[in-house]
Amino acid sequence: MMASRKLSEIAKTIRSKNAGVDKITFDVIFPDRATYDRVRASGILSRAAVCRIFGVDPALISDHVEFDPALAIKFTIYRRMPSGSPGDADVFGSQQYGPLLDIEVPGMP
Amino acid sequence: MPASIQHGRSANHTLRIVCPNGHLGFAPIKSGSFRTGCHCEPDLICADSGSCDVGPVPLGADISSSPLQWQVDDLEEMLLASRRLGVPMIVGSAGDTGTNSRVDLFVGIIRELARKHGLAKFNVGYFYSEVSKEALRRRIVAGEEIAGLDARSPLDLATLDATERVVAMAGIHPYIKLLNEGADVIIGGRSSDCAIFAAPAVRCGFPEGLAYFYGKVLECASFCAEPYAGKESVLGEITMDDVKITALLPEQRCTVASVAGHAMYERANPFYEHFLGGHIDMSQCRYEQYDERTVRVTGPRYVPASELRVKLEGAGKVGERYVGIVGVRDPYTIANIDLVTGWARQQVVERFGDSGYELHFTVYGRNAILGDREPLKATPAHELGIVVQGVAQTKGMAEEVCMIATRQMFYARLPQVKGTAGGVAFLLDEVMPASPAYRWTLNHTMRLDDPLELFPTFIEEVGI
Repeated sequence: MMASRKLSEIAKTIRSKNAGVDKITFDVIFPDRATYDRVRASGILSRAAVCRIFGVDPALISDHVEFDPALAIKFTIYRRMPSGSPGDADVFGSQQYGPLLDIEVPGMP
Repeated sequence: MPASIQHGRSANHTLRIVCPNGHLGFAPIKSGSFRTGCHCEPDLICADSGSCDVGPVPLGADISSSPLQWQVDDLEEMLLASRRLGVPMIVGSAGDTGTNSRVDLFVGIIRELARKHGLAKFNVGYFYSEVSKEALRRRIVAGEEIAGLDARSPLDLATLDATERVVAMAGIHPYIKLLNEGADVIIGGRSSDCAIFAAPAVRCGFPEGLAYFYGKVLECASFCAEPYAGKESVLGEITMDDVKITALLPEQRCTVASVAGHAMYERANPFYEHFLGGHIDMSQCRYEQYDERTVRVTGPRYVPASELRVKLEGAGKVGERYVGIVGVRDPYTIANIDLVTGWARQQVVERFGDSGYELHFTVYGRNAILGDREPLKATPAHELGIVVQGVAQTKGMAEEVCMIATRQMFYARLPQVKGTAGGVAFLLDEVMPASPAYRWTLNHTMRLDDPLELFPTFIEEVGI
């Protein structure tokens, strides 16, 4: 039977981190090829989906790649302001992944 | 000792490096796995000590982001092992930022440790990475473009004027020069993380693609192993054909997933790693499980740059800073929190006008961390914590900006509020001095004729 599952239940790692001082990069890493393939096919982490989730313009996504050796979907978003500027509350960019955890992934066994 | 190490070296020509820490001084080295690494016949002990992750304050203010004693402890552990084994030790990006003062600080610590332990004579090599604003000004005035990275505009004079300090990111070159001159210990200024490890490998004749990848995979120590455990040592071995990486903590393993996963860590793109002189293309990398705790990697390709361009990092002061903290429990006030902060801001405007300072409200419980990108910003928690930051040219004004905004939230005028004895809860009825506020002013690249031209090297004998 197919159901929908939360991304946090099926991914091995979901993280965010500075990529330099002007960008934050997100890594979603899966435990096996089948899960990785299913999430890729679902489109829930596509470029357009990422824009919807974070409410950002597509021009703010600098990179969006599928990285087979690590079974990972990886994307990078320009920061609202350079890291550590007054007003920035995530100097390392390490808590930006929160909204990804509860995304529903359809078609999961 | 891991089985793979007991097997002995996997080829005639190899170079082994132990990396005990991915950010030396930031959190202490775990000694157990480092001792294991020292039993694995390393040819060098190397660690990166820097990162722009700590934000612009340390570079701008020329300070470290960690206590001196932690830096001393980590350097002591590495130095004693390096001298005991008779192998070189390399530390890059000294003291978080790699400024000249941080290099001097680390060299001074090495000198003092040599005296304290009565170490036999050895050579300490070091180099600087700071770039003078005057040198940058001359280039801009002469019409040269200091190109922006990550969608930044080319550097202009106004931004340069607003900059306190600039460091350039060294490649392998000063490290190789110092090794050639007989350095036993190298303290580097700001450097590409991977260069610290690639330098000795390139110097020994290993292919550049493998050598830079070797640095890329080793520089964060145990972050390339699983399960997650920071500050544990890992061992790398490079041959003419491959790179192998072994976890040294008994509970950890390097797996294809962990090593490949690390290749993309804190980089915008997992396929390319750029440094002074070129980049590596990792798109054809092959990862294999070599033994239980070791991964073997082949296939990274070195692409030399057509033009030498060095990365520059710079930070400039925004102002002195004070911080206040308030809490809110009234659901009506929470629903109208923007009116409350708006009221407080208006009181600052009435006193100081609307420019010449910065005022920030960071609303925990709603969208402090993601700001406008928070999907749940319309449904705040039942309690909010609001951090107020006032930034201005003088401490006195910063304190006043922060104090007006913090205290006036208490007096905010909401039309239907039931609580009329104070609109917010104070953790402390005061505002606190914080580090001055800085911002990253430079994330740029500049053309070089010679990869050593910004990185003067020095060597001195210490010990008895």
